[in-house]
Amino acid sequence: MQASFKRPSILPGFWPTFAYTSIYLVLIVLVPLSAIFFRTATSSWDHIWTVVTSPQVVASYRLSFGASIVAGLISVAVGFLVAWVLVRYEFPGKALVDALVDLPFALPTAVAGIALTSLYAENGWIGRYLAPLGIKVAFTPLGVIVALTFIGLPFVIRSVQPVLADADQELEEAASSLGATRWQIFTKVIFPLVRPALLTGFALAFARALGEYGSVIFIAGNLPMKTEITPLLIVTKLEQYDYAGATAIAAVLLITSFILLLGINVLQRRTRKFMEPA
Amino acid sequence: MSTAVLPLSSPVVRTVRRDPLPVQLGLTALALLAMGLFIVLPLVAVFVQAFAKGWEAYLAAVRSPETLSAIYLSLLTVGIAVPLNTLFGMAAAWAVTKFQFTGKNVLVTLIDIPFGVSPVIAGLIYVLVFGAQGWLGPWLSDHDIQIVFAVPGIILATTFVTFPFVARELISLMESQGTDEEEAALVLGATGWQMFWKITLPNIKWGLLYGVVLCTARALGEFGAVSVVSGHIRGETNTLPLHVEILYNEYNYSGAFAVASLLSVVAVISLALKKCLEYKTRQESP
Repeated sequence: MQASFKRPSILPGFWPTFAYTSIYLVLIVLVPLSAIFFRTATSSWDHIWTVVTSPQVVASYRLSFGASIVAGLISVAVGFLVAWVLVRYEFPGKALVDALVDLPFALPTAVAGIALTSLYAENGWIGRYLAPLGIKVAFTPLGVIVALTFIGLPFVIRSVQPVLADADQELEEAASSLGATRWQIFTKVIFPLVRPALLTGFALAFARALGEYGSVIFIAGNLPMKTEITPLLIVTKLEQYDYAGATAIAAVLLITSFILLLGINVLQRRTRKFMEPA
Repeated sequence: MSTAVLPLSSPVVRTVRRDPLPVQLGLTALALLAMGLFIVLPLVAVFVQAFAKGWEAYLAAVRSPETLSAIYLSLLTVGIAVPLNTLFGMAAAWAVTKFQFTGKNVLVTLIDIPFGVSPVIAGLIYVLVFGAQGWLGPWLSDHDIQIVFAVPGIILATTFVTFPFVARELISLMESQGTDEEEAALVLGATGWQMFWKITLPNIKWGLLYGVVLCTARALGEFGAVSVVSGHIRGETNTLPLHVEILYNEYNYSGAFAVASLLSVVAVISLALKKCLEYKTRQESP
């Protein structure tokens, strides 16, 4: 039985490392996470349904999903542009710009949150130029989109960059020698090549945006029914000691994220298959 | 050079990838503008706001006892969560990349789970397990042990959130290195530990450090998960990011940004380290 589970190898240390990995994974991640589902299962279906479909919660889904989609799309457009410039052009300071792409990963979300709020508040560096135009960003859904774009941008750039760099130059040369214009080469050769990577980047940014908390709560203003994101409602319910409510909302969010992650895995496997035969 | 009518000479073909100069300049300018607006400006804003009231106010905010205790708690959390996850990452990468076994892909997928979980939920699950109404709540309160709304909860939640960082880096690196060198060492008579110290560790050192840097940066900056399990007790269960929030909500903006600037400096250093390590790994792998 042992032989059928693991292929024989002369390398030592499989059982200790495998056992340690499994136990640590179960203790730190799987058991605590299962608490969400066990907890949800203990309250009545009616109660769960009332909680997860209450107007305040539904409004938060609308904001969280809507803002995450819009932020994901902005990230795709801007991220593609930045990845394109970083891969295909040379300019002074390129290495620095490339390093800064990861800043949203490295900067603590609370820091990003207060920094963005100060920029987009009515008297902020950016907000003061938008206010005369009647555009309010801080404490509106627009602010949520700004924060989620900040968080999502690196996912798209980092997904697209390697694909764009690996894109076979000969394909473009062939297209050109067959008389294709630059625009045709872009739309018919390059874009189809990077489309799976763009989609992966979007999905990663979207999944992260759905659960994002720190960078959003400062700029959102958290007005009930208007600028409350779903993760905030979990925190609010917890602060009111409504564990059942918090857990029910968390279950909805968690299931959505897992479905998304599954989709991303399939996408990435497809991208890899797409890249390998080349 | 004019556009080629007959693509016969190779120099013309080679320019296919190069866009016309105005296009290059235009797109580069746009990309730099976007990067500046979206990413650089927030970072600049942190430092400008931090010094808005001058050096003295900055130093006062950074040196206040509450900030110092937040620094201490943050370092303590990082000091426990990062080594735990580093040890785990090395064990997981060894088991997963050097051996073939059933269910390997499932294990790798499960390791990635914390990346897909909202930080708020990462905090909530520990409240459900260790909180007063949780699974272990009654037993813990009988024995007078407090986990959530106390330091252990903060460390646990941080460990959860940073769980996959080292493992993920090492798995992708060691996957590409294969098992040939280790097998050769064993055949030549090395013991298991000799093989590990002389072959494996030197091969993975930069990747390992890279994972540790990412893990540390995230552990230090984690906000959502920690915010849920922290009791928000000043001077006791406040990490640096939580302290930023408290100061900000008290309208002490320059203080909040001063503390935020400390975290930003660490973030920038971690980016620089990351770049260095990426360069090193690329140099050493063919």
